[in-house]
Amino acid sequence: MEILVCVKRVPTVGGKIAVTPDGQEVDTRMSGFSISPHEECAVEEAVQITERAGGSVTVLTLGPEAAIEQLRDALALGAGRAVLLETDGREWGPIATAAAIAAEVRAHPYDLVLLGNEAADTGDYQVGIRLAHELGWPVATGIKNLSVSAGGVVARREYRGVEEAYSLPLPAVITVKEGINLPRYPSLPGRLRAKRAAIERSAPDWAAEGLRKETLRVPASSKHQATVLGHGADAVPELVRVLDELGVLS
Amino acid sequence: MTVVCLVELDGAEPADASLRALTLARALGDTSVQTVVFAESASVPAAALADYGVSDVYAVEPGALEGYAPQAWARVLARLAAETGATAVLAAGTDRGNEVLAHLGAITGLPMAANCTIVTPDGGQTHRLVRHRWAGLLLEDAVMEAPIALFTVATDAVAPVPAQTPAAVAVHVHKPELAEGDLRVRAAESPAGAGGASLATARVVVGGGRGVGGPDGFAPLEELAGLLGGVVGVSRVVTSEGWRPHRQQVGQTGTKITPELYLACGISGAIQHIAGCAGARHIIAINTDPGAPILAHADYAVIGDLHQVIPALVAALRAR
Ligand SMILES: Cc1cc2nc3c(=O)[nH]c(=O)nc-3n(C[C@H](O)[C@H](O)[C@H](O)COP(=O)(O)OP(=O)(O)OC[C@H]3O[C@@H](n4cnc5c(N)ncnc54)[C@H](O)[C@@H]3O)c2cc1C
Ligand SMILES: Nc1ncnc2c1ncn2[C@@H]1O[C@H](COP(=O)(O)O)[C@@H](O)[C@H]1O
Repeated sequence: MEILVCVKRVPTVGGKIAVTPDGQEVDTRMSGFSISPHEECAVEEAVQITERAGGSVTVLTLGPEAAIEQLRDALALGAGRAVLLETDGREWGPIATAAAIAAEVRAHPYDLVLLGNEAADTGDYQVGIRLAHELGWPVATGIKNLSVSAGGVVARREYRGVEEAYSLPLPAVITVKEGINLPRYPSLPGRLRAKRAAIERSAPDWAAEGLRKETLRVPASSKHQATVLGHGADAVPELVRVLDELGVLS
Repeated sequence: MTVVCLVELDGAEPADASLRALTLARALGDTSVQTVVFAESASVPAAALADYGVSDVYAVEPGALEGYAPQAWARVLARLAAETGATAVLAAGTDRGNEVLAHLGAITGLPMAANCTIVTPDGGQTHRLVRHRWAGLLLEDAVMEAPIALFTVATDAVAPVPAQTPAAVAVHVHKPELAEGDLRVRAAESPAGAGGASLATARVVVGGGRGVGGPDGFAPLEELAGLLGGVVGVSRVVTSEGWRPHRQQVGQTGTKITPELYLACGISGAIQHIAGCAGARHIIAINTDPGAPILAHADYAVIGDLHQVIPALVAALRAR
C-alpha cells in the first residue's frame, strides 16, 4: 500500500493568539511551528496501515523551506519519503493547493492519500475534497475509524448520534480527525533517520483565487475577569445559588 | 436576487445550525430564499421554514436519492443554483454543510468560504465577508469574486432570528439529475454505540481537564452532570492521556458546544479549548490557580481543589 500524507506547517499558538501589525499573519515571534492534531493522526494512521499491510508512507507539505522541520517530524514517526512543494512565503488558497498536490499524486502510484479534515490555521475544510475531484477519486471526510482491505477501505464517522460507514474503492482520498488513533512519540532511531533523510523538492507556481484575504483580527471579547464566588468547599452554597439563578437546577 | 440554502433536519424540525444559516441568507438583501431539504415532501417542516422567510422548498425524496451522499447533494445544489439563477449558495458550517459545499466548490470550480459570520453583496460578482480562522479564535475579512458565492455559516456565531413577516412557502418535489460517480460514496447509517445526550447539543456540560488527575477522577463529574441533566466534556490532555474517549473532547479539534452552562473543572483555558466552549451562554470555572486563563473567559469562578469542591457540590444538590 503506497500512502501519501499531506501536512501543513502552522504556528503553535498557546495561551494567546496575536496578529502582526499589518493584519496579514499570526504573530509568530513568540511561537514555534507544528502541524494540526488531525494531521498528526493522519501520519500515525498511514504508518500503522503500512506496518500491517506493507508498503510505504510519503509525507508532503506545501510551504516555505522551513516546513522541512515538519517533514522531518513525520519521517521520525515512520514516513519513508518526504516531498516539499516550496513556496515563496505567500499564502496559498485551497484550489491551488489541491492542484499542486494532485500533480504529485499523478506522478506516483499512490493507493491512498490522507489529509486532515481541516487545517488548523485557515480552516478551509476543502483541500481533500478538491484533490479528489482533480484526481477523479472517491473521498470521505472527517473520518474517525479506517479499515483497509485489498481493494478498498471502510471509513467511519459519527454525525448527530448516527454512525456513518463509507465503503470506498482504492485509490481514494480520506480526511481524518483527531481521535482516529493515539499518535506515537518518535523513537531515537526514527529521529536519527529523519535527520539524514533526503527531501525531494519542487516549486509549483502560485495562483490567485476568487477568495482573497484582506485582514486578520482578534475578535472583540465581551468577557472580562470572572467573579470569584469563594474558595474551596466553602464556596458551595454561593455556587448553588448561582446555579439556581442561571436556571440549570430543575 | 435568489439564494439557495441547504437545510438539514434534526428529527422533524430544521436543525438549529440551518436556522442560523437562513438568518444570514435573509441578511444578503432583498432575496428570495430557496431551500433544499433531503426528505419526503410531506414531512418538510414548511411552517418553520416560512417563519425564517423561506419562499420555496425543494424536497429531494428518499425514493429519488436515498441516504447521505455528499457529492450527489452538491450536484442537486449546483443544478438548482443554475436553474434559479442564484447569486449565492450556502449551508450551515456543520460537518455535512462544509463537506457538501466543498464538493460544490470542486464541481463548479468556484471558491468556497467556510464558517462565515457576515456576508454582504458588494455589487457585480463581489461579496465581502467575515469568516472564522483558527476555529474562530481569529476573524478574517475577505473579498470573494465569483458568479455564485459559495459559503457556510459558523454554527456558533449567528443567532437564529425568524423573519419579521413569515413568507408564503411553496413545497416542490424535486427530481435530482445526477452525474456519473455522484453516488459512489454514500453513508450506510446505523445508531451510534453510546446513546444518551450529545455533547454538541447538551444544555449543561461539566468539563474535566488535567486537574481531574486520572481516569478514576471522573466519577464525581459524571454524577454532577447527571444531577444537572448534562454530560461530561473534557480537554485534549484528557483524551491524549487516554483517560476518556476523544468523542468527549471540547475544542478546536473536538466538539464545539453551545450549552446554557459550561462548568470547567481543572481546565486551564488554552485558546484551542476556548474555541470549543466560547459558544456557552455561561461559564463557571473551578481551578486551584486564580491566574488560570479560563478565568478571563468565565463569568464565575471557585478557587480551589475540584476534588473537594465537586463532592461538596454534589452533596449540596442531593440535599435540596
Ligand atoms: C492545533 C491544536 C488543537 C488543539 N485542540 C484542542 C482541543 O480541541 N481541545 C482542548 O482541550 N485542547 C486542545 N489543544 C490543546 C491545548 O493547547 C491545551 O494543551 C489543553 O487544552 C490543556 O488541557 P488542560 O486545561 O486539561 O490542561 P492544563 O493546561 O495542564 O491545565 C490544567 C489546569 O487544571 C488546574 N488544576 C490542577 N489541579 C487541579 C485541582 N486539583 N483542582 C482544580 N484545578 C486544578 C491547573 O491550575 C490548570 O489550570 C489543541 C492544541 C493545538 C496545538
Ligand atoms: N499547504 C499545505 N500543504 C500540505 N497539506 C495541506 C496544505 N494545506 C492544506 N493541506 C491539507 O489539507 C487539509 C485540509 O486543509 P483545508 O482545506 O485548508 O482546511 C489539511 O489538514 C492538510 O492535510
